Amino acid sequence: MNTSVPLLELRGISKQFPGVKALDDVSFAVYPGEVHMLVGENGAGKSSLMKVLCGAYRADEGEFFHCGEKVEIRSPADARKLGIAVIFQEFSLVPYLSIAQNIFLGREFSGRFPGTVDHARMHAEAKKLLDLLGLDVSTKTLVHELGVAQQQMVEIAKALSQQARILVMDEPTAALSDRETERLFTMIRQLQADGVAIVYISHRMAEVFSMGDRITVLRDGRKVASLLPGEATPDELVHLMVGRSVDRSYARTFCKTAGEMILEVKDLSSANGVKGINLTVRSGEIVGLSGLVGAGRSEVARAIFGADRVTAGEIRLHAAPHRGGPDKAVAAGIALIPESRKAEGLALIRSVCDNLMLPGLPLAFPNRLYKTSKARQIAGALIDRLRISTPSALRPVRLLSGGNQQKVVIGKWLGSGSRLFIIDEPTRGIDVGAKAEIFALIDQLVQQGAGVLMISSELSEIVQVCDRSYVMRDGRIAGHLSREQLSEESILKMGVHHE
Amino acid sequence: MNFATGTLRIGARAADLKTIAYRLAAALAICVVLTAASDVFLTTNNLLNVLRQASLLFLLASGLTLVILTAGLDLSVGANIGMSACIAASVIKLTGSAVLGAMTGVGIGLTIGLANGVLVALMRMPPFIATYGMLWVVHGVTYWFMAGTTIYGFPPGFRALGSGHFLGVPIPVYLMFVFLALGTFFAQRTTYGQEIYAIGANREAARLSGVPIAKRLILVYAVSGAMAGLASLVFLARMNSAEGDIGEAFTLPAIAAALIGGTSLFGGVGTVSGTLVGALILTLVLNGMNLLTIDASWQPLVTGVIVLLAVFFDTLTRKGEA
Repeated sequence: MNTSVPLLELRGISKQFPGVKALDDVSFAVYPGEVHMLVGENGAGKSSLMKVLCGAYRADEGEFFHCGEKVEIRSPADARKLGIAVIFQEFSLVPYLSIAQNIFLGREFSGRFPGTVDHARMHAEAKKLLDLLGLDVSTKTLVHELGVAQQQMVEIAKALSQQARILVMDEPTAALSDRETERLFTMIRQLQADGVAIVYISHRMAEVFSMGDRITVLRDGRKVASLLPGEATPDELVHLMVGRSVDRSYARTFCKTAGEMILEVKDLSSANGVKGINLTVRSGEIVGLSGLVGAGRSEVARAIFGADRVTAGEIRLHAAPHRGGPDKAVAAGIALIPESRKAEGLALIRSVCDNLMLPGLPLAFPNRLYKTSKARQIAGALIDRLRISTPSALRPVRLLSGGNQQKVVIGKWLGSGSRLFIIDEPTRGIDVGAKAEIFALIDQLVQQGAGVLMISSELSEIVQVCDRSYVMRDGRIAGHLSREQLSEESILKMGVHHE
Repeated sequence: MNFATGTLRIGARAADLKTIAYRLAAALAICVVLTAASDVFLTTNNLLNVLRQASLLFLLASGLTLVILTAGLDLSVGANIGMSACIAASVIKLTGSAVLGAMTGVGIGLTIGLANGVLVALMRMPPFIATYGMLWVVHGVTYWFMAGTTIYGFPPGFRALGSGHFLGVPIPVYLMFVFLALGTFFAQRTTYGQEIYAIGANREAARLSGVPIAKRLILVYAVSGAMAGLASLVFLARMNSAEGDIGEAFTLPAIAAALIGGTSLFGGVGTVSGTLVGALILTLVLNGMNLLTIDASWQPLVTGVIVLLAVFFDTLTRKGEA
């Protein structure tokens, strides 16, 4: 099936971001009619590589070859000219336009008069593409009426209409049912037969081995292996994905005997795709909630906190049943440090003091009268305790660095009387020094008798920091690992699909 | 380091003070120009007249400011004035009691505000749509209620609310300063005020910090409605007559006063005192145009230019901080 010249070849690609080398000398080739699987744990560099491929990032170093000829990919337009199209997990379709309008958005066929559109031709061309993909829906259907799988087909049709010869797909089966997945695979095989090359990012071992013609493993921005499906077992592949020496920079004394029960979750399901969750957090322990991105970890946090609607199950706090929105949760002593500090954690235009005071307002001022001097005093103490680097408590928080912003997001809960801290990605986008400080702070919290439920995509963090961890997959708890069982490999084995 | 002592003032509140200082300077500049241009401007009578006109605008705009601070909007305040005034007027006529009428007026205003709050906070309608719909509904009910009639002639005790004086100063001016103090206290010195700013700055962050969003939103819309009810009484007492369409002309100037005063439609930025200065600037300019016998048909154009200038100025200064 392979001809000797790759359709696209990357040689020695590197991409540096402040503080992290996202891609380090990665070489990668994809041949016509080939499905090339790209695997690696969270943060291994898959997304960066994909963005370099589609021109969203510019590589710092490295060369590109198209059918053996040296080319440049400096912009999305360059990538499109070479026939590279990316199907992201988040679709870029316009919900209230028809299938045909979406496929030809911005490239409409002009009609007889300037400024008009030849609708008949547009629908005819769209119909041809849908027939090719085996999608039996009218081209006039509005996209928002379609299911996820069908929307994905429309994305693919759009890519093909732009003469795409290299399709990059980011976990295309993540949101599909078994039947839809089967249909997608049939379509992929058809495209293969037509000589289209497919770069396929996946966490599911079954499809990596059944669909892949070649597998490339990334780890920490480097290519660690490129092999054929027959050359490794799923377990060996997982080992390749992890296999790094563990960095022991946040050593802590683990909790030997946990205290009284703080949080008990029984059969919890939420409107946001969380199913039958059972978990507990006791005083004095840091409990991990790990798994791959998209496994539903943040959704569990939001359901416990009342930010998403709970559809079934029970939450007990200090043995008493708990129910209600975030205001009830905060009053009951739960703190949520959300995943996205800018969108969910901070009022960026307000001052450090205002942000630090917000959740603790009812506690600091029980009679509801706000005293500026008292607020400054409390905020000043928190700034000192957390060593937040700011010239003044009155500085707008948007002017702080990422690490200091994260300290504010955590610090604002220290004055709110919280006993349970749910921390979602505590170290996202901050440098190593701030990371160590934040873990020291979390350790302090549990020393003082709090319980912590910690979500992290960095498996090494879970392994180094947590007393034990739950592992999630597809919105469910896939398993539980004790301190002794915890390793990146054991988490990954539990978190990926084997079936 | 001086975190707690507050000797370093590079903060959001300092920015508020700066915003107000610039605007006061602008108001003073307008006064200087008008003093030079007109003999009548710098007389006690005229200045008190300006203050009295500004007071009505401020009473309406102060409640509206709280709504805008949450990144909301209340387009129904003018219609609210109409309905509150007309029903208060008929209660006074029926019962002869000014107190009962006044309570009814504020009560009607509050009820309309609560309805807005429920639409926005509980039924999750965009504020623009909810209060725009409310504007029409309230107008409609008022027109039906009045059926084209006019109610006029109220007891002197009631009329004093709009046209009376105490120590030579019009009563509404006292009301203006009372509500400036109350509004500023509420916004700056209660935890409710802090939470309202937080909602406007980042609603999701406020929600995830445990701020009861729905309760606070209902509160600000209710306050805005009650303030419209109060303003309607002042207006009714001044005009000594009520018709179905009074109040219609107030909505956009009230929004203008808040915007000129430095309140951001994106929420989280602004002060009640800024709105007072905004109302003063708007009133001064219109007063000056009257004194200089400039045709009244120019007033909308000038109002528009002032609003655009004020917002443009804020965009410039805030960009500098970012």
